[in-house]
Amino acid sequence: MSACKGRRTFLLDLVAGAVALAAVGPIRLMAATRKDATSAKNGPEYAFVVDVSKCIGCGYCVEACAAENKVPVGSVRTWVERYVATDEGVHIEAIDKPGKQLSPPPEDVMKNAKWSAFIPKLCNHCEEAPCVQVCPVGATFSAPGGFVLVDPDHCIGCGYCIQACPYGVRFLNEENRIADKCTWCYHRVSRGLDPACVTVCPTAARTFGDRSDPNSHVGRIYATDTWWTLKPEMHTRSRVMYLGLPREVI
Amino acid sequence: MEPANLPAGALNNFYFQNNTHIDWSLMIVLYPYITGLVAGAFVVSALYHVFKVKEFEPIARFALVASFCFGLFAAVPLLFHLGQPLRAMNIFITPHTTSAMSIFGYVYSSYMILVMVELWLVYRGFFIHQAKTTKGFQQFIWKALTLWVTETSPGALKLDHALISFLAGIGIPWAFTLHGYVGFIFGSVKANAWWATPLQPIIFLMSAIVSGIAMLILMYTFIRWRTKRPINYPMLKLLGDYLWGLFIIDVTFETMEVVYMFYEHGHHWAVVAPLLTGPLFPSYVIGQMLLFSGIPLIALGYVALSQVSGRRLLRMVNLAALCVVLQVLFMRFNVVIGGQMISKSDRGYVDFHFQWFAREGLIMAAIILCAPFVTYYVISRWLPVFNDDPGHPASHHAHH
Repeated sequence: MSACKGRRTFLLDLVAGAVALAAVGPIRLMAATRKDATSAKNGPEYAFVVDVSKCIGCGYCVEACAAENKVPVGSVRTWVERYVATDEGVHIEAIDKPGKQLSPPPEDVMKNAKWSAFIPKLCNHCEEAPCVQVCPVGATFSAPGGFVLVDPDHCIGCGYCIQACPYGVRFLNEENRIADKCTWCYHRVSRGLDPACVTVCPTAARTFGDRSDPNSHVGRIYATDTWWTLKPEMHTRSRVMYLGLPREVI
Repeated sequence: MEPANLPAGALNNFYFQNNTHIDWSLMIVLYPYITGLVAGAFVVSALYHVFKVKEFEPIARFALVASFCFGLFAAVPLLFHLGQPLRAMNIFITPHTTSAMSIFGYVYSSYMILVMVELWLVYRGFFIHQAKTTKGFQQFIWKALTLWVTETSPGALKLDHALISFLAGIGIPWAFTLHGYVGFIFGSVKANAWWATPLQPIIFLMSAIVSGIAMLILMYTFIRWRTKRPINYPMLKLLGDYLWGLFIIDVTFETMEVVYMFYEHGHHWAVVAPLLTGPLFPSYVIGQMLLFSGIPLIALGYVALSQVSGRRLLRMVNLAALCVVLQVLFMRFNVVIGGQMISKSDRGYVDFHFQWFAREGLIMAAIILCAPFVTYYVISRWLPVFNDDPGHPASHHAHH
């Protein structure tokens, strides 16, 4: 009977071990939640404004971003799309490599063109970011100020965030094998500078600032409600506000 | 194969630069595939232990051992896929519980613990017997496997039996959770129109069960043929009947998903229709839905409704089983790779390129897929899996 007891004890120990292991996660999570709750909510709330009518498609932003953030060849943190719309549909190409020059659209597209526009794209730093939700280890997180960032020391490189992002702004950095994306140049903003793409934009098509400050350029636009976001049906509450965004743009 | 029509009025195939490379590749095709085999094989063993389907008694142990072998390698593809494999354990240590993926470690490992405990209870008697009849180092190994619990009184055996039934009982919902949950990981991604459907968990679950049953049929036939032992035809016919019924449900759900998208004619269909008629046409329409669904549905229907028996039964059930394991493999490919072919631009598709030698290439995939079978071979050298294996407790003492 003692052996029988031994087996029972063994099984009970197994269950106890599993419960103890399972308890570690929630405890860590509670600790993390506490940290979030104490972080100040009264600092700046950054937002990004893209004025479509001002973009001339020079591609300086793409170049500056790649240089500033050492983006590996083959991936982009920001890019500029060129839309040429006809009655039959839209023809799209993108400046998605530093230094890339777009050739003119095909002749028949040009002949039937109704309008054309350059659309800069970058991470939307969503308030309800799917990437933050799905990261299994919390390496992607919402930082105070409205940034969505990746902690390179904790990312396991599973790529779930890349799948979850509706905007295609994320990629797996082939050099360090962690998830990568636009940070709004957090390292610059935290020193009082503008993101690199904003700094080099010759027409101020890209602007950046504190939307909670009603006297700032970004704050005034935020208050007007004349801006639009990409894929609003995804309910991500994007923090990149587009002015003059054509309906065709996805 | 270029899509005939591009969605959202696109004149050219426009995809985002960051979508050029398909991130979740063959390893992520294998992961739900092997996980599915785990769940499916377990169900067969539980059909005997819990639902007392007597015909499956001869393969109840075999199914459990097979489930264990697949289970050992279910997470290996994930490890090969991770950008930072050394941080894999962070999923256990710092789970971010809003993520559908974060509890994978807990679901998977708890299931494996359950299977191992059940296996140990099933083989406890054999371990004790071996420990008594061997000497030296061998004896030590067998003794270690008994965990130094050597009680075999009728009361202890009764308890073993009750525990096995209990574990098999809770193992069913647990195996279902394990695989339904894999479907949830894909089905809950709203950014991907080909993945995002609440049907995904049930589709993954049904395909898991049929792939496990079909794989057991193939393994059973192969092993009995190689070891020149008789085939249990009534058992095989019943397995075929179960496979038929469950496969009908599986294919119905898979069809329903697409029929709903088609009839709703919304955003999903706009991007999915060009995918299915374009780059996914060979593997989805021809492979998954026509050949590898059609053949087993007809063959198993014939087996179930006719009086076919003997070699003919064996051939038809195995042909169907082979088609089913391929159907499910194609289905995993079509979901995982197919979904990522749709660029987030919603106006273009990217190609998937098979690689041979890459970390996530075909050779690595083949090695990982072979590993459970090699493991099974090794285990079956030492443990009696079938009733007529030497050392099976049927010949020592009444086990069940």
